[in-house]
Amino acid sequence: MASTVDASSRQGFKLSQLIYDTRYRSLTIQAIAMALLVLFLSWLVSNTVQNLSDLGKDFDFGFLGQRAGYDINQTLIPYTSGSSHARAAIVGILNTLLVAFLGCILATIVGVIAGVLRLSKNWLVARLMTVYVEGFRNVPLLLWIIAIFAMMTEATPQPRDFREGGTASMWLWDSVAVSNRGVYIPAPVWGPGSTALIIVFVLSIAAIIGFRRYAFRRQEATGVLLPILPVSLALFFLPSILAYFVLGGPVSLAYPELGGFNFQGGLHMRNSLIALWLALSLYTGAFIAEIVRGGILSVAKGQSEAAFALGLRPSRTMNLVILPQAMRVIIPPLISQYLNLTKNSSLAIAVGYMDARSTLGGITINQTGRELEGMLLLGLFYLVLSLIISGAMNVFNARMKLKER
Amino acid sequence: MSDTHAQTARFVRESMLPEREPPLAEVGAVKWVRENLFSGWLNILLTVVSAVVIGWILLHIVPWFWNSVWKAGSLSQCREIRDEAFGPGASSACFAVITDRWHQLVFGFYPQTLYWRPVTALIVFLIAASPVLFPRLPRQALWFSAISPFIMFWLLWGGSVWAPLSVLLGIVLAYVAFRIASRFVSPVLAMLAGVAVAVLCWGLLAGPLTTDMSRILPIRLRAVGSDDFGGFMLSFIIGVSAIILSLPLGILLALGRQSDLFFINKVSVAFIELIRGVPLIVWLFTASLLLNYFLPPGTNFDLMLRVIIMVTLFSAAYIAEVVRGGLAALPKGQYEGADSLGLDYWQSMRLIILPQALKISIPGIVNTFIGLFKDTTLVVFIGLLDPIGLSNAIRASTDWNGVYFELFVFIGLMFFICCFSMSRYSIALEKKLQREHR
Repeated sequence: MASTVDASSRQGFKLSQLIYDTRYRSLTIQAIAMALLVLFLSWLVSNTVQNLSDLGKDFDFGFLGQRAGYDINQTLIPYTSGSSHARAAIVGILNTLLVAFLGCILATIVGVIAGVLRLSKNWLVARLMTVYVEGFRNVPLLLWIIAIFAMMTEATPQPRDFREGGTASMWLWDSVAVSNRGVYIPAPVWGPGSTALIIVFVLSIAAIIGFRRYAFRRQEATGVLLPILPVSLALFFLPSILAYFVLGGPVSLAYPELGGFNFQGGLHMRNSLIALWLALSLYTGAFIAEIVRGGILSVAKGQSEAAFALGLRPSRTMNLVILPQAMRVIIPPLISQYLNLTKNSSLAIAVGYMDARSTLGGITINQTGRELEGMLLLGLFYLVLSLIISGAMNVFNARMKLKER
Repeated sequence: MSDTHAQTARFVRESMLPEREPPLAEVGAVKWVRENLFSGWLNILLTVVSAVVIGWILLHIVPWFWNSVWKAGSLSQCREIRDEAFGPGASSACFAVITDRWHQLVFGFYPQTLYWRPVTALIVFLIAASPVLFPRLPRQALWFSAISPFIMFWLLWGGSVWAPLSVLLGIVLAYVAFRIASRFVSPVLAMLAGVAVAVLCWGLLAGPLTTDMSRILPIRLRAVGSDDFGGFMLSFIIGVSAIILSLPLGILLALGRQSDLFFINKVSVAFIELIRGVPLIVWLFTASLLLNYFLPPGTNFDLMLRVIIMVTLFSAAYIAEVVRGGLAALPKGQYEGADSLGLDYWQSMRLIILPQALKISIPGIVNTFIGLFKDTTLVVFIGLLDPIGLSNAIRASTDWNGVYFELFVFIGLMFFICCFSMSRYSIALEKKLQREHR
């Protein structure tokens, strides 16, 4: 029986079945698509090979080991113009990560505050925040970056105005100077014994986490609430402050001072960094504000009413009922905003901030003539970064997903 | 009842009191202010802080606007006029730069005598867009929308009228071939036939047709090269073409990503993730630096066209993700219902799934469009003269060296108007299409 069916179906197979029979059609379509794609890719590759040989170039990453020969004005790791192109690329990548990290923190703070205030019953504040959100969301980021950069360089005083009898003065008890050459802030000086202080600080953080876990377990088991906040605050401040005095003040601050024509000492944050950081944070903050607002609004009103009916205080209602549900809505788009911020940091080119695109994808390419390799590495860097972040997001989503059925 | 009370209660009111005015604090503006601005200590604090912020901002901006100078030939002239009128050092905007150079900011280096052409193209665009945006207008107007891209192309770039017409002819022939073929063979094959006819028409017929017809009936406008395009015109052209092209491509990619066909699915995922993982700037640099490597030796095509292609691919990947969200949000019953009606894949997508999925994704799609339109400013980095590039060029001239914020305000305002109206339209559309939870 089975053999006859097989035989008849084998006999009955016609070429037209490849198009009309749904069992085979999907295979046909895929085979055609694959053939077309392979043809297209091989066409691209053969063109590239042809073009490279016409130009007398080869495909080689050896240039990464060569001497870079250019200076970078902001380096987080030791770098001189004698270092290699690879090191220049790493300096750029670190600069990208620095501005992205700072931007994510500030954008979150700004966004959460603006999002919550936009829901406020206070008419004035809600309107102000609406203006902020709409203003930043509907104007190109590039314009904000160069506008803030222009503000930093054109509308701030020159260092010489800070002299005695000058028009400008430093902020926060003579510790922060905002000048047209950048912002100068006090820099920490790590004296002997500062390692011990850092160890104490890390230990106290670990103790806080441990205590919170213990308190949570205890509450789950017995229902007894421990005073988490005061104990955490005490653990945070007391050991470190004690250790600071016991060790004899190992860490001090070096204040910026006006010397010659510019400020000396302290930490110099360039205008390019500040402008990029502020613009990225304010721009992304506007988007985060909308996400936060949407997340809070997405929690049904009955939830908070039910919490009040149970007799929970407003703060507990927020912490235990509203926020956990809102977070589920907020976090995924929030992380994709972080991703956008990181990618948008490539707009650093507008203000001359030396990020990965300016070093690896800019000066290095111009000096070595290796467009193909340089752009490939640059693209790879951004791709890996965003795949890591979106991978983390997927893990988080899987953990936070409502466990249904 | 009242009798019993008269015995037990010590006092009973015998007459009604006349209605009295509510307390002053409970009516009108006073009540509103009390409730909305000063209802508690936190509220009072917020009000005071925001009033201070608003006051501080207004204090800096209002005099700047109020004292603005609108008629001058250069920044130094501006300063002279200001010194005369308001005293030296007064805060004063010099909007004369806008009145002096607005044609550059809007049209770039498009020939001055031909400004009527982009303006007409804009009018054509608005007329063509209105039946798409507002379904109340007669449906026949959509035919005009369909041919309007060719009219706009001809108006903007000029040249012989027969070049865009022969492209249009190819599309019309392809459609005719598709209709004829679909009577005899399956729709997939008919589509292939249509594509083949179009390619044949463009490859063999278009060139000779254009040259011959131009000789017989020379209707032509003065040709203007893409190099002369700039300003808001450039942003608008790139933005609008990319928006129109990326929507269908994005929908196809989303369908590919949801597809059961293994190969198509994986290719779509790879394409979307690759495009989304890398910033637009890097793609634009790829378009300007590397595209020549990938194309046959000797080809060199218009930078603006390359940018439009890149921006289209870029936003298509984002739209694909938005539409995928919409497809995933549909209940499974909709897919099963379409299958049980006996519709094939394309019919079920076209008639059942996509109308609902696209409705859900409208806000996301419009947000992508807004982002795309804002991102057109990035073309400044590869040497195209968008408004920001022109503002740099204007500042580089000796007349206007040192003008910053006046230009930024103008450019920002233009972008704000476009993007804000797009988002308002999407909100209105969303409300109109909402069927449930009325």
